[in-house]
Amino acid sequence: MKEKIDLLCSEIESKINSVSTKKELNDLKVEYLGKKGIITELQSGIKDAVDKKEYGSEVNRARTTFNDNYDKKNAEIELEELNKKLESENIDISLPALDIPVGSPNILENIIEEVEEVFMSMGYDVVDGPEIEEDKYNFELLNIPKGHPARDAQDTFYIEDENILLRSQTSPVQAREMLKAGGDKPIRMICPGKTYRRDADDATHSHQFMQIEGLLVDKNISLSDLKGTFDVIAKKLFGENCETRFRPSYYQFTEPSVETDISCFVCKGKGCSLCKNTGWITVSGAGMVHPNVLKNCGYDPKVWSGFALGFGAERLAMLKYGINDIRTFYQTDLRESKAFDRRDV
Amino acid sequence: MISLEWVKDYIDLTGEDLKELAVKITKAGINVESVITKHIDNLVIGEVKECTKHPNSDHLHICKVDIGSSVTQIVCGAPNVREGIKVIVALPGCILPGNNEIKAGKIRGEESNGMICALFELGAEEKTDENYAKGIEEVKSDLKPGDDANIYLGYDDTLYELDVHKHRNNDCYYHIGFAYEIASILNKKVKLPDSSYKEIKDNVNDFIKLTVDTPKCPFYTAKMVRDVTIKESPDFIKKRLISAGMRPINNVVDISNYVMLEYGQPLHFFDKDKLGDKILVRDAKDNEEIITLDGNKRVLKSSDIVITDGVKPVCIAGVMGGENTDVDLNTKNILIESAIFDSVSIRYTAASLNLKSEASIRYGKGLNYEYTLKAIDRACHLLEKYADAKILSGIVMHDKVDKTPKVVSFTPSDINSLLGITLTKKDVETELNRLDFEYKLDKDTFTVTIPKRRLDVDPNINDIAEEIGRLYGYHNLVSTLPKVETRRGVYVGDVKIRKLTSKRLRALGLNETKTYTLISSEMASKFRYDNKEQVKLPNPMSMDKSVVRTSIIPSLINVYEYNKARNINDILLYEIAKTYDKDYNEDMKVSILMEGNYIINNWNNTKIKCDFYTIKGIVENLLKYLGFNNRYTFEKDSIPDMHPGISAVIKVDREPIGIIGRVHPSLKKDDIYVSELSLTKLYEKQVKPIKFKEASKYPDIKRDLAFLVKKDMTAENIINQIKKSGGRLLSDVEVFDVYEGEKIKDDLKSIALSLTFSDTTKTLSDEEVTKVFENIISDVETKLNAKVRNGE
Repeated sequence: MKEKIDLLCSEIESKINSVSTKKELNDLKVEYLGKKGIITELQSGIKDAVDKKEYGSEVNRARTTFNDNYDKKNAEIELEELNKKLESENIDISLPALDIPVGSPNILENIIEEVEEVFMSMGYDVVDGPEIEEDKYNFELLNIPKGHPARDAQDTFYIEDENILLRSQTSPVQAREMLKAGGDKPIRMICPGKTYRRDADDATHSHQFMQIEGLLVDKNISLSDLKGTFDVIAKKLFGENCETRFRPSYYQFTEPSVETDISCFVCKGKGCSLCKNTGWITVSGAGMVHPNVLKNCGYDPKVWSGFALGFGAERLAMLKYGINDIRTFYQTDLRESKAFDRRDV
Repeated sequence: MISLEWVKDYIDLTGEDLKELAVKITKAGINVESVITKHIDNLVIGEVKECTKHPNSDHLHICKVDIGSSVTQIVCGAPNVREGIKVIVALPGCILPGNNEIKAGKIRGEESNGMICALFELGAEEKTDENYAKGIEEVKSDLKPGDDANIYLGYDDTLYELDVHKHRNNDCYYHIGFAYEIASILNKKVKLPDSSYKEIKDNVNDFIKLTVDTPKCPFYTAKMVRDVTIKESPDFIKKRLISAGMRPINNVVDISNYVMLEYGQPLHFFDKDKLGDKILVRDAKDNEEIITLDGNKRVLKSSDIVITDGVKPVCIAGVMGGENTDVDLNTKNILIESAIFDSVSIRYTAASLNLKSEASIRYGKGLNYEYTLKAIDRACHLLEKYADAKILSGIVMHDKVDKTPKVVSFTPSDINSLLGITLTKKDVETELNRLDFEYKLDKDTFTVTIPKRRLDVDPNINDIAEEIGRLYGYHNLVSTLPKVETRRGVYVGDVKIRKLTSKRLRALGLNETKTYTLISSEMASKFRYDNKEQVKLPNPMSMDKSVVRTSIIPSLINVYEYNKARNINDILLYEIAKTYDKDYNEDMKVSILMEGNYIINNWNNTKIKCDFYTIKGIVENLLKYLGFNNRYTFEKDSIPDMHPGISAVIKVDREPIGIIGRVHPSLKKDDIYVSELSLTKLYEKQVKPIKFKEASKYPDIKRDLAFLVKKDMTAENIINQIKKSGGRLLSDVEVFDVYEGEKIKDDLKSIALSLTFSDTTKTLSDEEVTKVFENIISDVETKLNAKVRNGE
């Protein structure tokens, strides 16, 4: 019996090894394990066997041999078939990808957010105020009384007599915040926002533009603190190698007033067309808050001092990104703005 | 324009390099835009002592030239060079026009230490054949060898063109004021010009009676002179007026301008004989007329100030004189007016008459009474000297000027804490002396009286600190940071919801725009869905920027068209901006525009076209993100300038907060979808904090069904009814098909829904679900007049 089964097993092994398709393999299954299959018939011969136990275990050995070889072959064939199928599924990975829709920021908002980030990291809150403003906040509290020549220069859009206007600067927000704080709390804030002046629109002028203005009011604040603060901002926006300088200037609501320059990032101070061969670029106006403004807004100038500094968002963006026409910001050419949907370095 | 040659009358500038001085002045705060000079360095007068022929040339000469300090050899090719003449010598190092640098060297073997110049080589004449033939310039003047040849050429003046900040364009626009500025920078003293003169016995008060009948003239003075000779001005006056951009006319007129350029005080000269014996300064009458000395008739307003002879106007105060009293060639007797008028009024009059003159500009900036008096004396001095005038004694005066001195007290530490520097008492003294500010020192306290000429300096510590700081030099400041508590800043108020909305919409694929608040009335007439009255500018700059917008949508449509015109497809836009109504109520809005494909990959046909449901998805996503899940509804409504069948009002907590829909095809034929929401209204609403909701651990059961309903039945109605009837176990309802067509009746549609049931506490049984499911069906059928659709 044992020899007979040995023979059968090697016959099964060689037969299964020689097939190459699923159909041939299944035909063999029928030949051996089908209703009239060789192993099935052997199984039914158990009733005539002398040693039924031995007979049974020998037939099982043949069955196991068949099944093991069958499974192995079956897996081989399936793998081969899968490989063939995958080969036919080869794609051209160079074809264009799906354009995932993510929008771009407005270029001005982009620079403003960058400036906000620097200021917020130094503890300044971001606030806003009304664009239709009262003369009181836009001028009077800021030490610019009626009839003052500074008003002529800021050709203002008046709405109602000389009392209601489109704000010509973001400084009224400072006055509002100081009054709100009540004269006894320190203030650190910036107010980026839209401002309006009667300028005809061209490449360098816009009747609507954006200012970013920072204000700090506290005790023992000095012009050197303003210098240090400006240094931090300049370096964050224009790189660690950026140098700064102050020049005397004049604004009605600050005293002393300065214009703040950065070293030209194009020529590194050697002189080029951007810096008009001076090596320096003016980026903001600043100064110590005028004692009259502190007083008007409820702060005792004997106790409190502070500084204010203001940037033109358009100018910053034009400098930083190399934009020549101020109208760019208000046209939104999608071909241009797309480049701004990315991190900046 | 400031002439430095003129300034030298008042301050010693010997040895100063005027270009370097300009840099110093700029650093201290007065911006010298450009330094204009024809001055040529190393250019001297020489005298030819010997002149011999060059051995190796038939036209060159070897000259020994006395240049003051020495006698030097120069080779010269001019035909007219000869012994005994005085010439102009360019010494080595001299740079002639055309960047031609003179060097010492050898010409055909002979040493030559400079060049003898022709006028065309110095830029004083054009380079023509004729001028070339004239040869070198032969100097006929008293100048001696070694003297600066620039004097001979008139190249000795240097002009500064200034760009001065408003506050200093008073004192830095006249020569004496500017001399004080230079004095403070160089630490020198200013010497005022001679203003002495002899007076005759007659007193002006016997010849003129002054009345001032307006508060707008705080200070009026007049003096009278007799027997003037009208003639040409002396050279120095003519030259200086020309350098300041004024045309010399005659000695009398020129003197009034000259004094104005010295002291900043405009003067007016009346022909005394034409004027009569009265002066009345008063407010003009409306429509009062005067012919000004340029021959034009001017119509005045009551806000203007006039000088009259008691009856008729003879001068528009501070702006322009009248023809009826002007100085002419026959004038003999003059009344000199030196006065102060209200600066705002003068600016207003000059602007409304469009008559900006050198005088009106100066009146408009404000004047100081000390110089009003000094100027009138200086004019008398010059008239006596250059117009043979006899000056009457006495002065006519109206004086209501506030003479309170501006005084401020402070200690060095006050200045130091404001600037963040460390000046000693001695340093402060030095700086105050430089500024020529009078002070008293009591222990550590300085009490400073600010000079009248510095109208811009107010008596407070900041102003003094600025003056000291700018001279001390801001480049000397150290950088420190404010010693304040450290914390991170935050977005305050509605700024935060604006930032969140912006970031979300960008993440959803929309591009941010920024457009103008002021729009045309045509644009402003569109999308008036919230019926707000609009602010119209009373005095707009142009009609296309005349209304303050109440909706951003018309502006977004403009941006859409701008891009479309440039062949850009698939335009997805948003903008957040503040809008204002007639009562100046602020409403911050977010506006969205979508046209074309939302998602696209052309070659494999992946495409999601923008339709109502796309933009609705964007808006819902935003509202959910802002915390308004289950609180908003879209209610069909007809909205101005929107497609009547594809438009809706968006409500949150039943309050309308915005609109959504397709732009009306008659407005724009493209398939444009827009929405606009009030962020101000959303900001005012309370939102609950995020709470964790555990997902069910037990399997869900899904049941699908379809209802046949009338065509006007909304999906929302059915879903709401299903939710109501489904109760606790129903966790989700989703529409998965909407069908209208052959298989069902014309007036009906089929809505197929997928219902999800779940229970967080136990496994759901089929029976439980069936019970709820059947309840839903019977409710929808009875309450909404619907019919469940069976399989066929």
